[in-house]
Amino acid sequence: MFVARSIAADHKDLIHDVSFDFHGRRMATCSSDQSVKVWDKSESGDWHCTASWKTHSGSVWRVTWAHPEFGQVLASCSFDRTAAVWEEIVGESNDKLRGQSHWVKRTTLVDSRTSVTDVKFAPKHMGLMLATCSADGIVRIYEAPDVMNLSQWSLQHEISCKLSCSCISWNPSSSRAHSPMIAVGSDDSSPNAMAKVQIFEYNENTRKYAKAETLMTVTDPVHDIAFAPNLGRSFHILAIATKDVRIFTLKPVRKELTSSGGPTKFEIHIVAQFDNHNSQVWRVSWNITGTVLASSGDDGCVRLWKANYMDNWKCTGILKGNGSPVNGSSQQGNSNPSLGSNIPSLQNSLNGSSAGS
Amino acid sequence: MLLQDQLCSSLKSVFQPGRHGGKCFSARRARWLTPVVLALWEAEVIPGVNSKKNQMCFDWGPGEMLVCETSFSKKEKSEMVPSCPFIYIIRKDVDVYSQILRKLFNESHGIFLGLQRIDEELTGKSRKSQIAVAVGLRNDCRVSQGLLYPLVSILSAMELIWNLCEILFIEVAPAGHLLLHLLDWVRLHVCEVDSLSADVLGSENPSNHDSFWNLVTILVLQGRLDEARQMLSKEADASPASAGICRIMGDLMRTMPILSPGNTQTLTELELKWQHWHEECERYLQDSTFATNPHLESLLKIMLGDEAALLEQKELLSNWYHFLVTRLLYSNPTVKPIDLHYYAQSSLDLFLGGESSPEPLDNILLAAFEFDIHQVIKECSIALSNWWFVAHLTDLLDHCKLLQSHNLYFGSNMREFLLLEYASGLFAHPSLWQLGVDYFDYCPKLGRVSLELHIERIPLNTEQKALKVLRICEQRQMTEQVRSICKILAMKAVRNNRLGSALSWSIRAKDAAFATLVSDRFLRDYCERGCFSDLDLIDNLGPAMMLSDRLTFLGKYREFHHMYGEKRFADAASLLLSLMTSRIAPRSFWMTLLTDALPLLEQKQVIFSAEQTYELMQCLEDLTSRRPVRGESDIQQLQDEDIETTKVEMLRLALARNLARAIIREGSLEGS
Repeated sequence: MFVARSIAADHKDLIHDVSFDFHGRRMATCSSDQSVKVWDKSESGDWHCTASWKTHSGSVWRVTWAHPEFGQVLASCSFDRTAAVWEEIVGESNDKLRGQSHWVKRTTLVDSRTSVTDVKFAPKHMGLMLATCSADGIVRIYEAPDVMNLSQWSLQHEISCKLSCSCISWNPSSSRAHSPMIAVGSDDSSPNAMAKVQIFEYNENTRKYAKAETLMTVTDPVHDIAFAPNLGRSFHILAIATKDVRIFTLKPVRKELTSSGGPTKFEIHIVAQFDNHNSQVWRVSWNITGTVLASSGDDGCVRLWKANYMDNWKCTGILKGNGSPVNGSSQQGNSNPSLGSNIPSLQNSLNGSSAGS
Repeated sequence: MLLQDQLCSSLKSVFQPGRHGGKCFSARRARWLTPVVLALWEAEVIPGVNSKKNQMCFDWGPGEMLVCETSFSKKEKSEMVPSCPFIYIIRKDVDVYSQILRKLFNESHGIFLGLQRIDEELTGKSRKSQIAVAVGLRNDCRVSQGLLYPLVSILSAMELIWNLCEILFIEVAPAGHLLLHLLDWVRLHVCEVDSLSADVLGSENPSNHDSFWNLVTILVLQGRLDEARQMLSKEADASPASAGICRIMGDLMRTMPILSPGNTQTLTELELKWQHWHEECERYLQDSTFATNPHLESLLKIMLGDEAALLEQKELLSNWYHFLVTRLLYSNPTVKPIDLHYYAQSSLDLFLGGESSPEPLDNILLAAFEFDIHQVIKECSIALSNWWFVAHLTDLLDHCKLLQSHNLYFGSNMREFLLLEYASGLFAHPSLWQLGVDYFDYCPKLGRVSLELHIERIPLNTEQKALKVLRICEQRQMTEQVRSICKILAMKAVRNNRLGSALSWSIRAKDAAFATLVSDRFLRDYCERGCFSDLDLIDNLGPAMMLSDRLTFLGKYREFHHMYGEKRFADAASLLLSLMTSRIAPRSFWMTLLTDALPLLEQKQVIFSAEQTYELMQCLEDLTSRRPVRGESDIQQLQDEDIETTKVEMLRLALARNLARAIIREGSLEGS
């Protein structure tokens, strides 16, 4: 049985992104109303908005949390051509009493000349780094060398993708066998634009990111992209949201077989492709162990995909609305409608629910 | 086998086999399974969300998902106001049942661990029989009281399937014995008869009771012929007219040949005797002996295995597998395992008679009768929508080496896959996650990395919980997780200005950089306030002091304070000096150290030797000569520099005076 808890978001315009923190005890939302809100879960399980502030001078597309090893840090990116890093200041006693927390801007990253479409923190083993991508087709990688001083960010790399970028994903693998890697998707819809997914890999020798692969088969606009948690595999799994959901595996070709020094070459295979969303797919995201992929699309549903023990991918769940708007938006706090049919199911279906065939 | 005994007795005490406190499995029960299967593929509906108009953005959390309506067309100003200003947090509702199922989860966890350990201890020989002991994993239906009906149904269905799998796959009973096991199975799960029997026997005149013949028929259907005979004797006593035929029927019941566990007769002998008995029954039917009593005649037909007569008792049989077992009892009691599936399928078809289609539970049982293990697990996974059952069943079958023997080359993968699913589900629960740890431990391929990913997401809201999580990680040498958790806690402590806690967490994380940072904070606070917090911790650093230079300095500097406090001035002085000359002290702190030297220089007796004084002077000159020259300076800066200059002047004076005293003293000492 699914239980949904609804929270009045109280944003004044469209919400573009929602984001859980690492432990799932906090969340952040961002909106076209140019603000970001932070929500905290109390011991009793209720959610309370503990901060809401204007972050940008345009729609805020994405908001994301840094790993808690770096403290309480958020990054946001916006139509206003900037990305920003925010840090929570442990409140003055007044704030604490009112249940509010205080966030300060640590830096504004102003290098882009166009809308910044995505922002992602790098895997924590790389230190405090973040990548942005923008409509001008450039991926920028920034680093805060001193994790206690978040006002100092240096632009480490600029990767030109030649296509308007819509989304980025870091490869989360912390294996020494894998160099840092970032996948970039493009939603460029001009007719001569070809392959929409490029993969860049860091080269220890040149200290630069170089293009390792282009997914030639993905030619339609790409809206989201996500590497799966690695689970100690030698290969990588990449999910792509385009006109359908696609899952690729990238198997590194053994180094000695490739020319030494150059970027890793990969054997790329498509392992699943689903057009159940009927039209465009907008978001893809893995659960924490990378065993379930969720996607959302034009059909207004979130669909869950899972591989069984024979690596066959299947749909294992759908979340969709009942089509009737909520009456009275004054509803504050938590309502607790119980969802769907009374399935007396013991397992957590968010971990996927079909083991069969 | 001490372990085996323990396991056995704990099982017996915990799982009272089969008796459900009056609640029994009936045909009605199978019905819940249908919606479950559908629901798995049906949409989960979020009220208030208009899927027709909107797209949704979402994010995964550990065990939960955030969903929110949005529009992905990226225009600066959206024309429409969002129709749904709500964020939805969606989770599988484990809480509703967790209180009731907690015990079940806990007990099965214990049995799971027992089973894994048996496997480690025994090598091949007699493994199967050992494991069979562990097969007591039965549902405890004590929970049935005051419980939601669907849950009881699920538990009962699982027990039904489990017991059948036990008989077919693990006991591997041979022909003859197979049927005895199946009879026990049916008696266990169709147990209304007990309450009915009590009801009838409790009445004043049992043979006149409305349900008297129903009771006798059920007893015959379940092969409980001794009890049926006793009932008949009551009828005989009550109505002398039918006493004769009742006795004949009683004799037939008594003489029906059955395989008893201790008996040594061969299967052929049994079959011969049974044939003989069957012919005798047949003769009574031909002779119309029981024509005067339709009840008895119907019983005779049942005992002859007459399908039509059996099917007339559909109500009493209540389900097709009861029909199957009764049918076999009276037509083919020495059925071979291999022929079972044929009888099962035809019994199902006959029983349903085309009126209804088989339900998921039927398919699961059918697959079991076909000895298709894979199909059983597959159907259970879908129908039960419940990893608890399939994970434990598959694990058991795997330990019995049954998955390999059935050519399931992916068998170990399947076992691991299901255990991982079950354990992941447990991790979504605020406290049951601790059970999940052990399941991950016994998943050789992906267990460890899954545990790593799950455990680092456990919210560390209390110190106690953090220590629990750390212990689990440390026991498994998960160094990166240990480091990360300590680092998170250290960072949290620093942010809240709890420096002592921050320092001890960074020492535990072996994070030199962070220890340096926290040490600097300590020193900075000292400079501002003139005293240290968390003295206990700093004074008892021990070897941990070596983690970073700055921490070493902090520890040593505290040592200096101790020596000074204990008036061991000479020791204090040489330590102070060595902190600077060895460059352990950060340069920014030298002025503080030199200032600390002032009272020592002003003591009555000479403490710093001439040589030491020269070194101190050298340090001071080092410091002042490297001082950056500022261009523009504001008033505050000028004031600061003023104070600084005064300090330096005072130090120079004190050093010079001490040098003079030291030279005189050393000269006179040498002279004397």
